[in-house]
Amino acid sequence: MARITLKNLKHAYMENPVNDEDWALKELNLDWDDGGAYALLGPSGCGKTTLLNLISGLLTPSHGSILFDDHDVTGLPPEQRKIAQVFQFPVVYDTMTVYDNLAFPLRNRGVDEATVDKRVREVAEMNDLTATLGNRASGLTADGKQKISLGRGLVRTDVNAILFDEPLTVIDPHLKFQLRSKLKELHTRVPNTMIYVTHDQTEAITFADKVVVMNVGEVVQVGTPKQLFEEPHHTFVGHFIGSPGMNVLDCEVKDGHAFIAGKKIATANKAAAKAGKSEIGVRPEFVKFARHGLEARVVKVSDAGRFSVVEADCAGGRVRLLVEEGGAIPSDTAHLEFDPEATRIYTNGWLAGREGQP
Amino acid sequence: MALELKNVAKKVGADVHIHPTYLRFEPGSFNILLGTTLAGKTTLMQMMAGLEKPTSGEVWFNGRNVTGTAVQKRNVSMVYQQFINYPNMSVFDNIASPLRVARLPVQEIQSRVGEMAELMRISAMLDRRPSELSGGQQQRTAMARALVKDSDLILLDEPLANLDFKLREEMRDELPRLFAERNCVVVYATTEPTEALLLGGKTAAMHEGRVVDFGPTAQIYRHPSSLESAKVFSEPPINLARASVKSGWVLLDEGVSWKADKGLADGSYTIGIRPHHVSPVRQSAKSVIIEGKVKVAELTGSESIIHFRAHDHPWVSLSHGVHPFETGRFARFYADMSKCFYFDADGHLVDLACAGKAA
Repeated sequence: MARITLKNLKHAYMENPVNDEDWALKELNLDWDDGGAYALLGPSGCGKTTLLNLISGLLTPSHGSILFDDHDVTGLPPEQRKIAQVFQFPVVYDTMTVYDNLAFPLRNRGVDEATVDKRVREVAEMNDLTATLGNRASGLTADGKQKISLGRGLVRTDVNAILFDEPLTVIDPHLKFQLRSKLKELHTRVPNTMIYVTHDQTEAITFADKVVVMNVGEVVQVGTPKQLFEEPHHTFVGHFIGSPGMNVLDCEVKDGHAFIAGKKIATANKAAAKAGKSEIGVRPEFVKFARHGLEARVVKVSDAGRFSVVEADCAGGRVRLLVEEGGAIPSDTAHLEFDPEATRIYTNGWLAGREGQP
Repeated sequence: MALELKNVAKKVGADVHIHPTYLRFEPGSFNILLGTTLAGKTTLMQMMAGLEKPTSGEVWFNGRNVTGTAVQKRNVSMVYQQFINYPNMSVFDNIASPLRVARLPVQEIQSRVGEMAELMRISAMLDRRPSELSGGQQQRTAMARALVKDSDLILLDEPLANLDFKLREEMRDELPRLFAERNCVVVYATTEPTEALLLGGKTAAMHEGRVVDFGPTAQIYRHPSSLESAKVFSEPPINLARASVKSGWVLLDEGVSWKADKGLADGSYTIGIRPHHVSPVRQSAKSVIIEGKVKVAELTGSESIIHFRAHDHPWVSLSHGVHPFETGRFARFYADMSKCFYFDADGHLVDLACAGKAA
């Protein structure tokens, strides 16, 4: 187990990067606590896999350094970094038993059989594999095989960190739910540094204590699930996390206050007096129908069971709001009110007042 | 142009893949097959398309028996979870190919492909080869090709499963609009209850090769006719508990009781209560306390999902806000029994108790 530090880390796949967009990973400084559960979350192409490969040592960064417990590992090959990795697709030896599959990483490193047996049984118990230990791996379903992969990731006691690269991709949705809970439970029992890469907000948020949100090669926020939900530092975070995502509306700024269609909007932050694109961000959870407020016209209602997603045209944009099951929804014109505590001004995409700080 | 399955069944050797099934999909309708993998969704779709022959029963389309008609002669479009494109053609040519086969005028091909590409947000990619696109863009190309021609029947087999979460959300929003003005029959298979709800239309809930429920999607969700249907249509899974009714009271194995709704006959029942009606805070006067040992607490930012065990049964609670729970600790939850379903010994919904209020 180790604390992981990324120092001025950046990476480009081309030889002489000049422009901003030449970097697959823009400059990054991060500290990951020993034993923490982290997620790297972002859409495909955001740089999360690049970052993962830099940590595991499959890639050497163009710039900056990687430290495990203050020990510089930037130049070390993967096998010397003591990292366990679980991939998208199960990596399982079909001809071996479940037991031998789990024992493999330990035997490979010359661990004595008594210790191997103890560890294999512990890990099997955690992964609900005890009953199948004697079976051939070939007969198992995709989720059964992926449980073995997870087990092999957990079986070693000498690793600095365990990396998961979209491990639930091949798993059926109703089993995903179980494995997601399982992973979370495993982390509470095996307090190892775990880094989980995914494009799925639910997976990231349910697994991680802290989520690193990335977009176009850049970290846009590092925060607890609660922080990401309650105070997105970038409109991208607001959009990407939450379903539906945060509403973003163009606004004007005068003396630090936001105005939409000439109406002053109460917000939790103030904008600095500098040029840039100004927007208001408010999540659908914090918008409600009211007697006063911005004029809007309901254009679509989607019944999601527990609640309805209502879409309304408002001030030249589209606003989504959530209405609890059974709540009243005006059929045509209405007024919308934003909760001031949860309404914020964004300048050039960044939360006004802390521009450029993830 | 209605599609009708008349007691269609499929056996492979001794294995029953689809039990005799009757379904009728109206012209211009959007229909969802909801169920887990291996529930029989794909097999049923392949019989609709003519890719698989039913062992017994008939497929009727537009008042005609098409059971023996080959897929090529049925004017069907299909989109699979795994996208398929012509690798040596540009995106434009990929989308245009069914229109060229149908010998449409160049002008019309141009405008239809453009329109479809716009909708699928791949307008900027039209000159590229599929291999130069991301997975999501490739899937949208495949979908555009399937949807660009005027098919009578459009079958979509988990088309969004391989897409990024956010993209899935956007496409799900746009898809129903695509079909709104067409007169074709659309059938859409999914494993996700929320996706089914948001898409609307009608839903056939499937379980182990059987259609266990069929009707307007929101209605099936709010009044599942059977225990199986309620299970198929709940994510996280619906909480189930054994209950007995005696002298006007309902008694759970968990040791709690409440006054029975009028008309609920004495006897044994299974009650089903969805996780959002089980909360760390009291939701109604009819809430009962369920105490259990917390297994896992998942905090999604806006909601908390707490798994716990009570009386040796797994329970799930889903509530608004962040409620941190320590695993291994005993905690108290409130189950709002005004929102529960009662299923009789055969698993049929007992209608009187829940009609009009449960969800």
